[in-house]
Amino acid sequence: MSGERILNVDQLTMRFGGIVAVQDLSFAAERRKITALIGPNGAGKTTVFNCITGFYKPTGGAIRLTHADGREIALERLNDFRIAKQAKVARTFQNIRLFPGMTVLENLMVAQHNMLMRASGFTLLGLVGAPTYRDAEKRAIDLATDWLKRVNLLDRADDAAGNLAYGDQRRLEIARAMCTEPALLCLDEPAAGLNARESAALNELLLSIRDDLGTSILLIEHDMSVVMEISDHIVVMDHGVKIAQGTPREVRDDPKVIAAYLGADEEEAMAVMESGS
Amino acid sequence: MTAPSTQTTKTASGIPALLKTAFINAVIALVLFSLMVGIRTEAGSEGQLTYWTRFGELASLVAAVFGGSIVIELLRQWIGPAGTEKLVPPALQKGMSLVGRYLAPALLIFTLLVPVIFYNQRYILDLAILVLTYVMLGWGLNVVVGLAGLLDLGYVAFYAVGAYSYALLATNFGWSFWICLPLAGILAAFWGVLLGFPVLRLRGDYLAIVTLAFGEIIRLVLINWQSLTGGPNGVSGIPRPTLFGIPLNNSDDGLAAKLGIEFSPTHRIVFLFYLILALALLTNWVTIRLRGLPIGRAWEALREDEVACRALGINTTTTKLTAFATGAMFGGFAGAFFATRQGFISPESFTFQESALVLAIVVLGGMGSQLGVALAALTMIGGFELFRGLETYRMLVFGWAMVLIMIWRPRGLVGHRAPTVYLKKAQAISSDLVKEGHG
Repeated sequence: MSGERILNVDQLTMRFGGIVAVQDLSFAAERRKITALIGPNGAGKTTVFNCITGFYKPTGGAIRLTHADGREIALERLNDFRIAKQAKVARTFQNIRLFPGMTVLENLMVAQHNMLMRASGFTLLGLVGAPTYRDAEKRAIDLATDWLKRVNLLDRADDAAGNLAYGDQRRLEIARAMCTEPALLCLDEPAAGLNARESAALNELLLSIRDDLGTSILLIEHDMSVVMEISDHIVVMDHGVKIAQGTPREVRDDPKVIAAYLGADEEEAMAVMESGS
Repeated sequence: MTAPSTQTTKTASGIPALLKTAFINAVIALVLFSLMVGIRTEAGSEGQLTYWTRFGELASLVAAVFGGSIVIELLRQWIGPAGTEKLVPPALQKGMSLVGRYLAPALLIFTLLVPVIFYNQRYILDLAILVLTYVMLGWGLNVVVGLAGLLDLGYVAFYAVGAYSYALLATNFGWSFWICLPLAGILAAFWGVLLGFPVLRLRGDYLAIVTLAFGEIIRLVLINWQSLTGGPNGVSGIPRPTLFGIPLNNSDDGLAAKLGIEFSPTHRIVFLFYLILALALLTNWVTIRLRGLPIGRAWEALREDEVACRALGINTTTTKLTAFATGAMFGGFAGAFFATRQGFISPESFTFQESALVLAIVVLGGMGSQLGVALAALTMIGGFELFRGLETYRMLVFGWAMVLIMIWRPRGLVGHRAPTVYLKKAQAISSDLVKEGHG
């Protein structure tokens, strides 16, 4: 790894009672890059995500986030909403968590809560209809509109989020996370349940988030067509520990990774590979 | 050939299931009624316990439950699942949406004219004031339950805090209503935050139980803190409100004398009517404004999905506390009005029944809907008075009416949700999508 690091996970350990979900995991994510976290089911990927985004407090280890201006934040010391608010880490969920009874636009407005809250003078200015708040609200709607265009949902803006098709909900959740203007975007299986066409569109969206906006992305994914195509760096986990890391090509050829995915031991996997090549 | 055979299997599997349900219901009835009806106990002539059995009545009751279960189950299968499409014809629905658009302004104009139309009918004016008080309480609780999705069963506590704040400040320090009103609201909001803190981590049933207990604690404190609150005797001699310092009485410097018109006690009633109407409209206006602001949107987002809120950087603690405080403040205003209207308050006015009634108004109205809550308050309070002529059967008829309304409109009178912001067109959101909240 040569580039500037945005996220540095050092010796992360998470225990639930006697069960060790993640053990001494260390990896880094580079700025303006897409880092993928892969591994078989139950490897501990989502636990790592929950530690990074403050939903779990890690049992041990350190998680450092470095902003572009050099500011360093210890994520393991911040809790729940402060990670999104102060450290600017946004996330999506494996099982989509939109606000189904609110419109698509409202979902994106809620994402800009902290900005709008300040602009509304913590409600008092907004209550009397101050022009500064109205301007801020207009800017928020513009940002939301911009994102609706990017994820191709502009004509659904006034529909209830719960009425959208599955693939649209996935993209809306990413747009909502991006409306918080994050430095690091964490995506938990964004391609799950998408068809081939939708997943190709997702690839394009994620690449444009990286290239046009310079947002770093950390993603968990099972869909190898997504992982191999867009990731700059891959970290492979199994049973709570890191078993491999590197570029997509390096990881693809790693016998340990193949063994973990095939559920066989190393020698067998080597044998399979050799017979194949 | 296939169709009739499936038909027969369906009925065949239906009859044992039907009998099984009826049998289970009958067994439950037997267990319940065997003690309540089957054995009759009474104190004998020398104070000893005498009892005798009434197995005949017990048997007929159980048989009635058995038969009734079968009839209800058959009716249910015959009518099918109760969908709104089936129960309400489309033409009627269309007409209702038209009515819905003009209902709110029409109601407001009518309400403004009530003292003019019913000037000489004291009973109707008093009833209207009562209805408006509950409209205001309903709108206040709507912030907590309808918008933020936090089930609060102890709302009457804030009503009590507001009432006692005004009563004690006015009787002890002689402060005027207009100074005490904001103070009552602030004190109630303070208690709202105080309740909010311990219950922040609780959800659903647990939250409901703690808020219920909070309501009882306030009532018990009011009963037992004799030196301050007068205990069960309450506070009497609470000053009547004045029109910015001008009293509404028969004295020389009263309003009637100043305007040069003949004094009538109705003046005060009309004044109280417009006072509570103004307070209720203030509640409504503030709530509607707050809904369109980030704080209101955060309340609704909290009701929809708390975890997602935290992932978006929303401070759920302050969001919940502001919801509690805002709802409590309006409860406090209503309480202060109640105290000045009654002139006498005691802990008896602030029982759990009041909380339940206000919550029923919010749920019946459709959680989150301002118009729905107003209609529900009118139905609940006004309707209850309407059935007064039925005497003993009043509660029964009223209960039936409520059950029917909830079958017809399971999500309340106004079930849909209006969006707070839109790009092209504001579309009402179906109640099926809107969550009730989980805590």
